[in-house]
Amino acid sequence: MLTLKQTRSLRTLVLGSLAWLLALTLFFPIFWMVLTSFKTEVEAFATPPQLFFSPTLENYLHIDSRSDYFHFAWNSLVISFGSTLAGMLLAVPAAYSMAFFETRRTKSTLLWMLSTKMLPPVGVLVPIYLLFKSAGLLDTRLGLVIVYTLINLPIMVWMVYTAFKEIPKDILEAARLDGATTTQEICRVLLPISKGGLASTILLSLILCWNEAFWSLNLTSSAAAPLTALVASYSSPEGLFWAKLSAVSTLACAPILIFGWLCQKQLVRGLSFGAVK
Amino acid sequence: MSDLTIKNLKKGFDGTEIIKGIDLEIKDHEFVVFVGPSGCGKSTLLRLIAGLEEVTSGHIHLDGQDITDVAPAKRNLAMVFQTYALYPHMSVSKNMSFALSLAGADKAEIERKVKEAARILELEHLLERKPKALSGGQRQRVAIGRAIVRHPKVFLFDEPLSNLDAALRVQMRLELARLHKELNATMIYVTHDQVEAMTLADKVVVFNGGRVEQVGSPLELYHHPLNQFVAGFIGTPKMAFLGGSVKAADASGVTVALACGPEYCLPLDGSALKAGDRVTLGVRPEHLQIAAAEHSPFKVRLDVSEHLGADTYCYVRTESGELLTVRAPGDFAGQFGERASLIPDLAHCHLFDADGRTLPKPGASARAA
Ligand SMILES: Nc1ncnc2c1ncn2[C@@H]1O[C@H](COP(=O)(O)OP(=O)(O)OP(=O)(O)O)[C@@H](O)[C@H]1O
Ligand SMILES: [Mg+2]
Repeated sequence: MLTLKQTRSLRTLVLGSLAWLLALTLFFPIFWMVLTSFKTEVEAFATPPQLFFSPTLENYLHIDSRSDYFHFAWNSLVISFGSTLAGMLLAVPAAYSMAFFETRRTKSTLLWMLSTKMLPPVGVLVPIYLLFKSAGLLDTRLGLVIVYTLINLPIMVWMVYTAFKEIPKDILEAARLDGATTTQEICRVLLPISKGGLASTILLSLILCWNEAFWSLNLTSSAAAPLTALVASYSSPEGLFWAKLSAVSTLACAPILIFGWLCQKQLVRGLSFGAVK
Repeated sequence: MSDLTIKNLKKGFDGTEIIKGIDLEIKDHEFVVFVGPSGCGKSTLLRLIAGLEEVTSGHIHLDGQDITDVAPAKRNLAMVFQTYALYPHMSVSKNMSFALSLAGADKAEIERKVKEAARILELEHLLERKPKALSGGQRQRVAIGRAIVRHPKVFLFDEPLSNLDAALRVQMRLELARLHKELNATMIYVTHDQVEAMTLADKVVVFNGGRVEQVGSPLELYHHPLNQFVAGFIGTPKMAFLGGSVKAADASGVTVALACGPEYCLPLDGSALKAGDRVTLGVRPEHLQIAAAEHSPFKVRLDVSEHLGADTYCYVRTESGELLTVRAPGDFAGQFGERASLIPDLAHCHLFDADGRTLPKPGASARAA
């Protein structure tokens, strides 16, 4: 018979190993990608795959000579931050009214908003493409900002709404009695109190925008193309160059990976929707 | 001056009427306590006065000015919430000065007022702390401080002490009474606690189902409840009600035969009653005396007793099965199941007619006329 203490430590051990296994499985492709980016094209194709080799920077140098990485990175940055800002400007007032002035239809409105995420984006590709064409938004950063804002808005509203729901209504009413206007109530009381939830919403939106590929591939060509489009351009008709593709992918992922790693605490809190406090 | 007048106020949510026409006058400097069963609309009325809810119909006047449609901030009222509702991201002093800084008061002025409130509430050493780092009682004092600094015309309290433990509640109750004297302010106070209502109030308003049942001083409500509801609501332990019927009644007395046996002649004006009418006799625990079984025709059997030290609350069962409470001396030694009898103090008994209205004392209606 195991003692209670032994059972507990056994359980911790098993669960811990499972978590590590899962994490390693998820991390492995990224690790392999980074590894491959330092190989030559021949080594990249070698069977069995090589774990030890003499690393080379030739892939990175090739990318630097063939395309302007910073042009694409700048586009990614501008589009991600632009649409996150726009999204927050829309999501905060929407969530405020839903969380604190609830009507009988609020819950279904929220669900309906979220259900738009279940639609396959390709279903609306043609109408949006044509709309963008006539509006002159094709291959513009503004165009992508608009699309990204709209596709992420349901999730952002939902997350901000969840964050606001945790705040007792009394506090806002107290502010109202203290003489705060609606703007002051939101900016000086509501936002500072819910800054944790807002930060994770912003983070998630940045990550989703940074990684978005479907719309950027279809709506941009060069001027407004973000990093995801750059990566795609390396899977070209000349054939697949695994090492170069890995190098460009590494370059595309690196900023957001580092950013996400720095902010992981916020992310965990926000994504668990208040389950972890 | 801060006189508050409420005229035929009604409020409904989604078509169900919660406040069903309330008329009320609250005078300057008065401490008014709202009591009533849960869900009768006390908080709703308070929120209507504060402007946090819109009225369905009716009017609220403050100092003769109609404030029914005025924004909450412009009404010059301050509210203290049951949950304190402190701003968690601001220090105690910022919490208290928020209203003043929104109103654009100058720094020196704000600091003076916050200092003053902190002195009154003994919060001086906590001014830089965040609400998280305060105890329940301290949070409550900050919430009150936030109201004080604004010098509002009326203070509104919604069960401000109900989240505190018993000892702290007694202490805060005293502090509130002192505060009321010191600030000389008009205060409206919602509570479930009988003792708070009786000790703090100049005037108690008893609500039931969205209506006012009776308004009066605590002792007035205790001694002269207008109806059975108020009689049962005010006083702890509750007044006992015994069913019975009228044997004889005239303007100077009513003879009642109780369902549990005895007959009593009460000195009340029974001119509206006739023999055979159903009535209810109300008697408070403190107006009953336990005697040996053969001393009185009001036979009972002792149930459990609660010994509180100074008093004993002894539960007794009548022969027709009604359970009543008797306040007995602290050293009362009656045993469970023992036979005994009760002697009611007839001068303090109340009689209610079939509609629950209290029968007046003889000559009371003549005096009023
Ligand atoms: N915003 C609202 N929407 C719908 N119904 C409401 C709303 N606010 C209050 N009510 C209803 O109004 C009634 C009175 O509520 P209120 O909070 O005023 O009661 P109360 O007397 O303060 O009770 P308690 O003593 O339990 O605090 C309740 O039945 C409640 O369900
Ligand atoms: Mg209430």
